[in-house]
Amino acid sequence: MAGSDHSHHNPDLAHHFENMDQQRQSSKLGMWLFLVTEILFFGGLFCAYVVYRVNHPEVFVFGHHFLDKTLGAVNTVVLICSSLTMAWAVRAAQLKQRTILMLMLVLSFVLAGTFLGVKYVEYSHKWHHGLLWASRYAPDAHILAEAGFEVPEAHVEEAVSERAEGAPAGETIPAIEALPVDETTPETPLDEVADPEISKIGPAAAGPAGLATAGDRASAEAERHAVSVDPANARTFFSVYFLMTGLHGIHVILGMIAMLWLMKLTFQGAFDGGHYTKVDNIALYWHVVDLIWIYLFLLMYLID
Amino acid sequence: MNQAETHQGPHVASVKLLLVVWVALIFGTWLTVSVTYFDFGAFNIIIGLGIATAKAVLVALYYMHLRWDKPFNAFIFISAFAFLSLMIGLMLMDTSQNQPDMIPGFGAVVESGAAPEMP
Repeated sequence: MAGSDHSHHNPDLAHHFENMDQQRQSSKLGMWLFLVTEILFFGGLFCAYVVYRVNHPEVFVFGHHFLDKTLGAVNTVVLICSSLTMAWAVRAAQLKQRTILMLMLVLSFVLAGTFLGVKYVEYSHKWHHGLLWASRYAPDAHILAEAGFEVPEAHVEEAVSERAEGAPAGETIPAIEALPVDETTPETPLDEVADPEISKIGPAAAGPAGLATAGDRASAEAERHAVSVDPANARTFFSVYFLMTGLHGIHVILGMIAMLWLMKLTFQGAFDGGHYTKVDNIALYWHVVDLIWIYLFLLMYLID
Repeated sequence: MNQAETHQGPHVASVKLLLVVWVALIFGTWLTVSVTYFDFGAFNIIIGLGIATAKAVLVALYYMHLRWDKPFNAFIFISAFAFLSLMIGLMLMDTSQNQPDMIPGFGAVVESGAAPEMP
């Protein structure tokens, strides 16, 4: 190690760095570059979100009724508190306050665990009511009624027979996909529709050009103007929701593992010398996890 | 141990500052949620994004130490958002150009079930 041939140096200083400050700055630079890749990693999903929301706003207006604003707000507060404790941990590491550093790391870990606990409650609620991604999307009548959507009795019975095969295993409550086409709805050309919360892109004709039949085209047109309980492609909201919050949740788990590692190092006295770069970098990572959640909370839970 | 004694080079944020930022972030969260109970039409999302961005700036400046850090780190971080807006902006320009009836006569061809004529 560096200490053996340069005994006058700080034992934490690697031999290829001039001094501790340069070492810390290069390490931090690397961390910031990594955080940029993280932002752009989530950026791809945010991009998908924005494009889909611009084209199909009604899907998001529908979907947000099934997210619990209160639980989302609680989780935002929990993450902000964990950001505070991580920032405080950096301060403690800088000041060589081992006990406070340990306390702050434990608090951050507990808060991160609380976040995941709340997320578990939200996920299991959606799981039980069939509010899942893509092909697993099959909301039951209860949850639609609970969210304030009127579900006609006759349609529920119809849905039972229709969807008996498609419902997820163990599903006992009748699943329902959409109301029948309301024939009294006036046929308004799409560009004259005043409601801004309606799809800008109608459902595709039956297939690529040349394969579509006249009948399919007509039914697609009718569907576009139909007033339905859940809009076509409502499942996409839940795909986006689970992808984004799921990827964020994985980051929370990784952050918790990093915190455990820091606790071990703190216990071994690795930060007693004031070489706090590891705490600093993991705190930076944790703040980005917090930043992403601030936007996720706004864009997923607070539509309307 | 007071702060002045150990202050060598890297900035140490005071507990007071950390707590003040925390209060501001909690207030921001409360504000974001309560603003959704009022209908400002299209401005709701702009107000919401504005508050969220203010919160993000607070976290970046104080909790992430960017205010006292080398400006190059801030430059790198901001570049992430520059590229992000470029990606989303160009994607939106593309999707807004994508309309089903942009090519005259295309709809009629689909209805008749015939293959579209290639020039």
